[in-house]
Amino acid sequence: MDESGPARRQVVIPGELLDGRGLKPGSGTYVEGDQIFAAHIGIRQEREGFVDVVPLSGRYIPRARDAVVGQVIDLGPSHWLTDINSPYPAPLHATESPWRVEFGDTERFLRVGDAILAGVLSVDEAMHVQLTMADRQYGRLHGGQIIEIPHVRVPRVIGQRGTMIAMIRDFTRVEMFVGQNGRIWLDGSPTDVGHAVHAIHLIEERAPLVGLTDTVREYLVGAYGRGAAPPTGRN
Amino acid sequence: MKDKEHNPKQLKLIDANGIRLDGRRYDELRPIKIEAGVLKKADGSAYIEWGNNRVLAAVYGPREAHPRHLQDPAKALVQCRYNMAPFSVTERKRPGPDRRSVEISKVISEAFASVVFAEQFPRTSVDIFIEVLQADAGTRCAGLTAASVALADAGIPMRDLVASCASGKIGGVVCLDLNKDEDNFGEADCPMAIVPRTGDVVLLQMDGHLTEEEFHSALDLSIKATKGIYQLQRQALLRRYATAAQEGEEPPRADIREPPSEVNDL
Amino acid sequence: MTEVISELMRAHIHRLAASGTRTDGRAFDEPRKLIVEKNYIKTAEGSARVRLGNTDVLVGIKIDTGEPYPDTPNSGVLSTSAELIPMASPSFEAGPPRPEAIELARVVDRGIRETKAVNMENMCIVPNEKVWVMFIDIHVLDYDGNLFDASSYGAVAALSCAKVPASKIGKEDYPLPLENWPVSVTSARIGDTIVVDPNLDEERIADARLTVTTDEKGDLRAMQKGLKGSFRLDEIRRIIETSQRVGRSIRETIRT
Repeated sequence: MDESGPARRQVVIPGELLDGRGLKPGSGTYVEGDQIFAAHIGIRQEREGFVDVVPLSGRYIPRARDAVVGQVIDLGPSHWLTDINSPYPAPLHATESPWRVEFGDTERFLRVGDAILAGVLSVDEAMHVQLTMADRQYGRLHGGQIIEIPHVRVPRVIGQRGTMIAMIRDFTRVEMFVGQNGRIWLDGSPTDVGHAVHAIHLIEERAPLVGLTDTVREYLVGAYGRGAAPPTGRN
Repeated sequence: MKDKEHNPKQLKLIDANGIRLDGRRYDELRPIKIEAGVLKKADGSAYIEWGNNRVLAAVYGPREAHPRHLQDPAKALVQCRYNMAPFSVTERKRPGPDRRSVEISKVISEAFASVVFAEQFPRTSVDIFIEVLQADAGTRCAGLTAASVALADAGIPMRDLVASCASGKIGGVVCLDLNKDEDNFGEADCPMAIVPRTGDVVLLQMDGHLTEEEFHSALDLSIKATKGIYQLQRQALLRRYATAAQEGEEPPRADIREPPSEVNDL
Repeated sequence: MTEVISELMRAHIHRLAASGTRTDGRAFDEPRKLIVEKNYIKTAEGSARVRLGNTDVLVGIKIDTGEPYPDTPNSGVLSTSAELIPMASPSFEAGPPRPEAIELARVVDRGIRETKAVNMENMCIVPNEKVWVMFIDIHVLDYDGNLFDASSYGAVAALSCAKVPASKIGKEDYPLPLENWPVSVTSARIGDTIVVDPNLDEERIADARLTVTTDEKGDLRAMQKGLKGSFRLDEIRRIIETSQRVGRSIRETIRT
């Protein structure tokens, strides 16, 4: 199961010794004495002189500059409280919205149950989270559907330099927004969205035959009976 | 560790050749099977068969701690709820926590609180649920062993797994891993749990009558057994995440931010 | 955390319904895959683990001797209870049974009692003094919608493999005679669409829910309407007809 090269695809469990060889402790590790150990279950990975444990599981913990798909669960006179699929409730202050909101008038712009695209503005040491919608790319969502995948699979759905998600978009022509919190919004024709969702589930279930990208491409080629359609102007 | 029953038949729990009623020798474990990731809704889960014990463990967390006033601003609360299903024992057990379950929940919570990196998640709780579906003594050890796997399955950061086992004394002989009859009619029972890598003891209870020497023999038996138990826990997790080992290099999380699409809005 | 479903997903499910499909691709009158494992727990006199899609329920039957109720001195005692244990869902909390758990237990109990699936008159040992007391304990392990049907199938399957522990009164253990096989089928109304065996997403946005328990002849033995919406008469008729039809094939699965 190990490919050539240093033990790259090794699954490690908490407390497992990560062979140092002069490496520095990265994310997902802890140090005892002069040894580095895995802090959670994941894939041992060496990158730029550090040894990391890339998580295979775990809840989404927000980081500043993450883009997320959230859901309004409560509101106050000057903010909306959002569920971003993490242990921490995430307030969005009226001043961080694209609108001019009078005090007490928040419900006019976003209601409980609304789905939104937002960014994580800040997270402090006590894990108080603030969201922002001040950027043009953010806003309320309507139409389409939202699916949820484990947030640890998001890098795979996006792919190296965005190649995986670009491939899914090129084939299916579906509008997609992948939140770092594992929620994905999709909009398109039911058949196309169905294919996009299936491709994402292949990634979620880590079902490679050769490599993951090839497996997903094979599915899309089969579904559409052709290669990717030539890029058109964005609708 | 159950309440002792009157032994009317003077059961011979261990014979002159050191063979117990179920055919085991003094230092043999009952057969154990562990499977990780058995439930869909829970963040992590594991199922264990340990002799005739069948125990399910599940973890939710970290999640927002409720009620609010119990939140710890500095770290996660690590809470375990141990429960026995009504049909898990010979005499039906009324649903709901009894005093024994409350005590077991407490000592298991404390065992995990010492290995989980709780400071990483202030104001949250890591909720561990142990559900005994079929009981044959040693359920807290089986439950703890499974819960450890469930915590790892849920991606909770910890120093190490925790492996648990009990030893006791039956027919005057210190023995490993007592079953229900042995626990009921034996002289002592001593459940324990350790951190495999460091040997730190995070759970220890005893009831019955043991000399100091007997106690150390019992502990020794359990510690040796946890080495094999740890391997079973580890194998269960590796099996669950086996396909993860087959993909190519992991793309880094921070660098790849998906370019935003046009968003329809108000 | 209260589970608020987004308006977006509510609209999505309605749209799917209007175009004849469901989130998991099933037909409106198609229940999820049903797996029944009997004799799952050895400490129980009877047991079954049922998986209906991703909903996972374990039912145990405990039978012991006890006193009859004063107003039925020659009849055994049947008692059903349900536990929505916290591991089954982020929305289940530990504590005394909530109304949902009580309703679940009572509806399952009704189906079994009204069909006289077990003839309680045959469960008498010494009239006025000693009878067989039977506990049906429903233990929900994983919640993905439609606990009524999963629990009901589990209870009937557990009864079908149960043994009366007559050795406790100096006789030989014998199989519990099951005289009827009640099958419950739950439907939910989403807008104008009726779907059978709602999954969790559908249950969360449904307007109304109707559980219909039928016997082998297709006669009605128990019914329970739930949620805050309503049904029209013609919808109820259609649901009954579907329940009889779907119930027949499910009965075959539980029998084997």
